[in-house]
Amino acid sequence: MKLHEYQAKGIFADAGIPVPNSQLARSVEEVLDAVDEIGYPAAIKAQVHVGGRGKAGGIKIATDRDEAETYAEEILGMDLKGYTVETVLVESGVDFVDELYVGVTMDRGEGQPVLMVSTEGGVDIEEVAAETPDAIAREHVDPAFGLHPYQARKVVYNAGVDADVAGDVASIVSTLYDLYEANDATEIEVNPVMITSDRDVVAAADAVMNIDEDALFRQPKLAELEDEAYEDDLERKAGEYGFDYVRLSGNVGIIGNGAGLVMTTLDLVDYYGGSPANFLDIGGGAKAERVTNALDMVFSDPNVDSVVFNIFGGITRGDEVAKGINEALSDYDELPKPVVVRLAGTNAEEGMEILNTDLLQVEKTLEAAVQRAVENAKEVSA
Amino acid sequence: MSIFVDDDTRVVVQGITGGEGKFHAEQMIEYGTNVVAGAVPGKGGQEAAGVPVYDTVDAAAEEEDANASVIFVPPAFAADAIFEALDADLDLAVAITEGIPTQDMAKVNKRLGETDTRLLGPNCPGIITPGEAKLGILPGNIFADGNVGLVSRSGTLTYQVVDNLTERGIGQTTAIGIGGDPIIGTSFIDALEAFEADTETDAVVMCGEIGGEDEEQAARFIGEHMDTPVAGFIAGRTAPPGKRMGHAGAIVSGSGTGTAESKIDALNDAGVPVGDTPEEVADHIESFL
Repeated sequence: MKLHEYQAKGIFADAGIPVPNSQLARSVEEVLDAVDEIGYPAAIKAQVHVGGRGKAGGIKIATDRDEAETYAEEILGMDLKGYTVETVLVESGVDFVDELYVGVTMDRGEGQPVLMVSTEGGVDIEEVAAETPDAIAREHVDPAFGLHPYQARKVVYNAGVDADVAGDVASIVSTLYDLYEANDATEIEVNPVMITSDRDVVAAADAVMNIDEDALFRQPKLAELEDEAYEDDLERKAGEYGFDYVRLSGNVGIIGNGAGLVMTTLDLVDYYGGSPANFLDIGGGAKAERVTNALDMVFSDPNVDSVVFNIFGGITRGDEVAKGINEALSDYDELPKPVVVRLAGTNAEEGMEILNTDLLQVEKTLEAAVQRAVENAKEVSA
Repeated sequence: MSIFVDDDTRVVVQGITGGEGKFHAEQMIEYGTNVVAGAVPGKGGQEAAGVPVYDTVDAAAEEEDANASVIFVPPAFAADAIFEALDADLDLAVAITEGIPTQDMAKVNKRLGETDTRLLGPNCPGIITPGEAKLGILPGNIFADGNVGLVSRSGTLTYQVVDNLTERGIGQTTAIGIGGDPIIGTSFIDALEAFEADTETDAVVMCGEIGGEDEEQAARFIGEHMDTPVAGFIAGRTAPPGKRMGHAGAIVSGSGTGTAESKIDALNDAGVPVGDTPEEVADHIESFL
C-alpha cells in the first residue's frame, strides 16, 4: 500500500524529521490561501500514486500569486497517467546547495533490511544504482536486533556526506529506520534530503513510504490512510470482488487460479499470437459467485473479444468447479463473448463432462484452450 | 530415493483443529503420509483428523517422535508458529500460510541461519515424494513415482507441469513448491543441490517467475555445480513493469530487474533449455531421459 507524499511527510514530521512548511489544498482558492501563508517560491505538487510526477507536469514551482493560480488550475483535475488529480500539496520551496538520497528497504536476496545513502540525490536512484552502484552506501540491519546507532553514522560517512551535516543526516536515517520497523513499511525513501546554504538538513522534495499490505491487520491507523486509486472502473471492481487483477492492453480475457499459472496463461496467449487483456486470479476454489464475478469482470471490459478460463483444480474438485461455472452461466441465454474452458486436476474429467457446452467451448489441454481463445479473438475482431 | 521427505518422515500439523488444517491433515493421511500429531495451543489432549493434539510442537515431537511440521496457522500468528517449529529442532517445517508480514519473515530468516531446521515456504503448496509422503496441499493424484525432480515458486504452475510429465508417463522423485513470497526458507539452489546429490533423480524441472534474482543465482549454480540435466520454465514474460502479478514477490521493478528475459538468458547461458510452454518443458525432460 502506497502512502501519498503528504501522508508520509506527516509521519516524518511527527517523528521529528524536519520537513518544509506545507498545506494540503483541494481547490484553486485553497492553493491561493496556502501560498499567501507559506510565501514564495512554493511547490504545487499533485498527490496521486504515480511515479515521475514532475516529468509528467504534476509538480510546478510558483514564484508569485499569478503563477500559483495558473499552476493550481493546471494541476487540479488534470489526468496524470490515468489518475485524476484531486489534491495538491502546497509546500515552501527550499533553497538548497546539496541533495542527498536516503532510503530504507528490504533486501530480498539477503532477507534483511538495508539502509541506503547517496550524495547523488535528486535523480532517479535506480539509474544511479544501475550506472554507478558505488555511489550508494549500503548498510544491512539485523532485523532481530534492530538498528545499532553506529550503523546510521557509518552509512552516512561511507556515502561521503559533508562532516558538518553528517550528524543531522544520520539522525534522519536512524528515525527513518525506526519508522520503517514501527509501521511495517516495505520501503521508505526521501529523495532528496536537502542541505540549505545555512547548513540545515530538510527532508524536502519527494517522500515515498510503502506499507506491507500483509501487515495492515496490525497497523489500523495506516489502514485508514489507504486511498485506493484505480486506473479505471474495472480495477476498482476487481478490488471490490477481492481478485488479483491487472488490466493489460490486449483483447483476450484471461481467468485462472494461482498467480504462476495465470501468468503462464498470459504468456501462452502472447506465444500463440494473441494479446492478453488482463491478469485475473480468482484464487482457490471456484464458488459460483466468484465465477460469476470473474465473468462479469471480463465481459464488461470493452477490449475483450474472447475469453480463456483455465482452472487447475488442485485440492478443489473439478466437478465442483464445473457446477460453479454452470451455475454462473445460468444467468445467460447466450454469452456476450466466446469462452473456452479447460479444467484439470482432481475430477477434471467428470467436470468437463457436465460443463454447459451449449454456451462454452471446452479444451483438454492448456495449450489447446489458449490457441482456440486466440483464434476466437481474431475472428471476433476481424 | 527422494529429497527432504520420505516414508520415514513423521509429521506434526500445526493448526490441525482449523478448517484448512483438519482438511489437509486428512488428505495427507489418506495419501499415506505419517501424520503423527497435531499442535494447537489450548487444544492439548484432544484428537483431530484421528491423531492426538498437543499444546506445543515440543510436546508433539517428544511424545510422537515427530521430525517435521506442516503449518496451517493464520498469518498474524504464523511467524510465531515457524519459530516454535525451529526451536523444537525439527528437521523440516513447511509453512503453507499466505500473507505473513515481510518483516516477520526477515526475523525468521535470521533465525534460520542459526538452526539446522529446513524451512519450506511460506506461501507454498508444500512437498511431495510420490507414493511415500505429502506435506502440504498438493493434489496427490496427479503425481507419479519416477526419476524427475521438480522445484517451483508457484503452486498451480507446479501442478500444470507435473500433469504434463505424468500424462506422458514421466514420474517424479520429489516435487517442491518453494513459495511466492519475497523472503522464503528453502531456495532454488538448496533444492537443486539436493536433487544433484540424489542418485535417483535423473533430470530436474525448475519453474521460476518474474521478480527478484533467485532464478539468476540458481542458473549460475546449475552451470557451476550440476551434472544432472535441468529444464526450465519462467512465468511472467508478458508482465508489465511495476505491476504485482498476484504473488508478493512477482513484480518487475521499474529499473528492469527481475524480468523474465534476464532469467531465461541466465538459464540458457548455464545450458538450461527453457520451454516456451509447459508442454515444451516436458519435451526437454523426455529428451534427457
